[in-house]
Amino acid sequence: MTGNERFAAVDARSHHALFSDEHEQLRAEVRLFVEKELLPHAPRWEKEEAFPREVFERLGELGLLGLKFSPRFGGEDDVVADAVVTEELARCGSGGVAAAIGAHKDLAALYLARFGTEDQQERWLRPSVEGRLIGGLALTEPDAGSDLAALRTSARRDGDDWILSGTKTFVTNGAWADFLIVGANTGSSSRDRDLTLFVLDPDAVGVSRRRIRMLGWRPSQTGEVHLDSVRIPDSHRLGEEGSGFYAIMRSLGWERLVMALGAVSGASLTYDIAKKYALARTAFGRPVAKFQVWRHRFAEMASKIEAARALTYSALRLVAEGEEAREQVAMAKLYSSRVALDVADECVQIHGGYGYVTEFSAERALRDARLGPIGGGTSEIMKEIIGRGLGI
Amino acid sequence: MVGAPRRYAPAMSWPFAREHAELRASIRSFVERELAPRADEWEAAGDFPDEVFRRMGELGYLGLSYPEKYGGGGGDYLCQIVLAEEMSGCGSGGVAMAVAVQTDMAVPPILKFGTEEQKRRYLVPAVKGEKIFCLGISEPDAGSDVAGIRTVAKKVEGGWVVNGQKLWITNGRRADCMTLVAKTDRDAGHHGISLFVVESTTPGFEVRRTLDKLGMHTSDTAEISFTDMFLPDDALLGREGEGFYNISWELQGERLVGAAGAIAGARRTLDAAVAYARQRETFGQAIGKHQAVRHMLAEVATEIEAARQLVYLAAWKVNRGEYPVREISMAKLLTGETAWKAADTAMQVFGGHGYAMESPIQRAWRDARLIRIGGGTDEIMRDVIGRMEGL
Repeated sequence: MTGNERFAAVDARSHHALFSDEHEQLRAEVRLFVEKELLPHAPRWEKEEAFPREVFERLGELGLLGLKFSPRFGGEDDVVADAVVTEELARCGSGGVAAAIGAHKDLAALYLARFGTEDQQERWLRPSVEGRLIGGLALTEPDAGSDLAALRTSARRDGDDWILSGTKTFVTNGAWADFLIVGANTGSSSRDRDLTLFVLDPDAVGVSRRRIRMLGWRPSQTGEVHLDSVRIPDSHRLGEEGSGFYAIMRSLGWERLVMALGAVSGASLTYDIAKKYALARTAFGRPVAKFQVWRHRFAEMASKIEAARALTYSALRLVAEGEEAREQVAMAKLYSSRVALDVADECVQIHGGYGYVTEFSAERALRDARLGPIGGGTSEIMKEIIGRGLGI
Repeated sequence: MVGAPRRYAPAMSWPFAREHAELRASIRSFVERELAPRADEWEAAGDFPDEVFRRMGELGYLGLSYPEKYGGGGGDYLCQIVLAEEMSGCGSGGVAMAVAVQTDMAVPPILKFGTEEQKRRYLVPAVKGEKIFCLGISEPDAGSDVAGIRTVAKKVEGGWVVNGQKLWITNGRRADCMTLVAKTDRDAGHHGISLFVVESTTPGFEVRRTLDKLGMHTSDTAEISFTDMFLPDDALLGREGEGFYNISWELQGERLVGAAGAIAGARRTLDAAVAYARQRETFGQAIGKHQAVRHMLAEVATEIEAARQLVYLAAWKVNRGEYPVREISMAKLLTGETAWKAADTAMQVFGGHGYAMESPIQRAWRDARLIRIGGGTDEIMRDVIGRMEGL
């Protein structure tokens, strides 16, 4: 309409200032892997609400689980490369599979890399990066999530051991993890010195766990973990006694950033699926996409996805430069998860009845996207953080 | 949270370099000292003096990214973004817009498409602020549908004779020159449009009236008519018949600079609302401590930051020589929506104090409403984006 057709649109999805040619090459490789080895199986895994642990082994083989870690563990100390992997895994056709891998590489393994001793890293991090062990992070409890000071799981000293009791819930990978990072109250006087992290062997005596069935993220093996006087040796303590609160505070940002990256990438894929359908499906003699209302709704979606991507990349850039960027990350997570949910809802809408049936991926995308504004700190918590950043 | 308010956006550099930060500091100081203090007076008068152009020319702000041989600063495109962002601090949308029409809308086509002679005659004085420019695209019945314009330039011996009228012309009354879009071949559609540089003293060039508007009060917005206006051959800007494509190029810069100014203005409005929310108390505490207000402001802050990063992405692409129509259109659309939401949210936080005509908030609210209309409406942006998405 303005003669711009003669200028091909530059695809913002590549060539962004953050990514080098090596990153783009990595992206292409991971995308190929996802399309060949994950995407075709996703519908079955969704139906079975499970996926094989060989996926982790395969990712380990390909060297995709530890790119942000030190070369000692096969990594490259490169958070941007790691972010590329996260973005591409989000296109696997199952939010649950992507989340399970994320909980392993971006939570459990990250805590070990940041706070573990050399022995602990040899024992859990190395096999995690190789995909031989599956990890998870168990912080949330039935009555406390972002309000860390309200956590009730207790750890009391008994000689050289610790005795843990309490219940952890909404633990991604919780039902099948080989180890779990657990936050427990070691009961010192000050609130933010109460929390200590431990590495829990789920086969230890006194541990019982169960799957939690969820609206979305179905293959993710999310579970509740009950600890009934579980004995843990002091060598399983992660970091100093009482350092858990700061460790968590330092690591929540990466979790949120990963969620933002996944939301943008997932929204982008969902958008493409919706667009493809809108161009193929005709009504009243023309493709649905050619009705102005839908063209404009797609334009709005595309713009918001691009803004979410730009915001998320700005946060990633700051984090890669070593900043905490708490508000920027909170904004990225708040905005991207909202956009992803809106896009998924529009995708269902454009599909009409087909959007509502389980044979198509639209309803799955909508269910999966609904977790975005909840997990890793709700949208309301994000607004508290942003508000505090504003000085109010 | 105690102590001074932290800026909600961390001090981010990308995509700017240290030189941009220095430029930003000097423009900011100029705006704070020489423009902002007079904003109320100018708003009341519905006008501001031409002297502002000359002063900005003197300081080099009208030609930041133009080549030095035409008196410009030789900077990169990001300097224009810095200028737009800082001008939003002048307290009067109309002043910022008038300057942007000069620096980023009417004059760039002369550099891009003009002959050496035209650059010497028009670009050099425009950069100095000695010639004020306006841009003549819109008409009573045609705006973004540029091919629908009716102003006609008919070829005659030694030049062209122009008849028609233009509407919504920012700087129209005060302008010394106009970059004009006219039809040179009625039957050639998109290929029948050409650009001209017109001096406003040309016989037949008449400012019919200026328009009262909801906002942008300091900007003069004119209706201009051309009656048998003779233009010599050398008034043609660029090649005959390429005006449509050339003005499409111009619109990209117009939209991106508009977006940058809009979102920077939205941040300022938000900052004012936050400052007010920290200080005004209800029911025994600052209203910002009421969670509903805090979350409202947090949400707007987030949308502003997202739109701002999109502006930066588009600007970064322009700066490296790309022509990112898609990202520019998206940035224009989202900044317009967001600036409007930010202004309305600020109005809500200020309550009666925002609604009173003595408040800068109502002015920001009125000024912000234009962004969704000028430079291509929201609906045009969605159409452009939708088509680029293949829909």
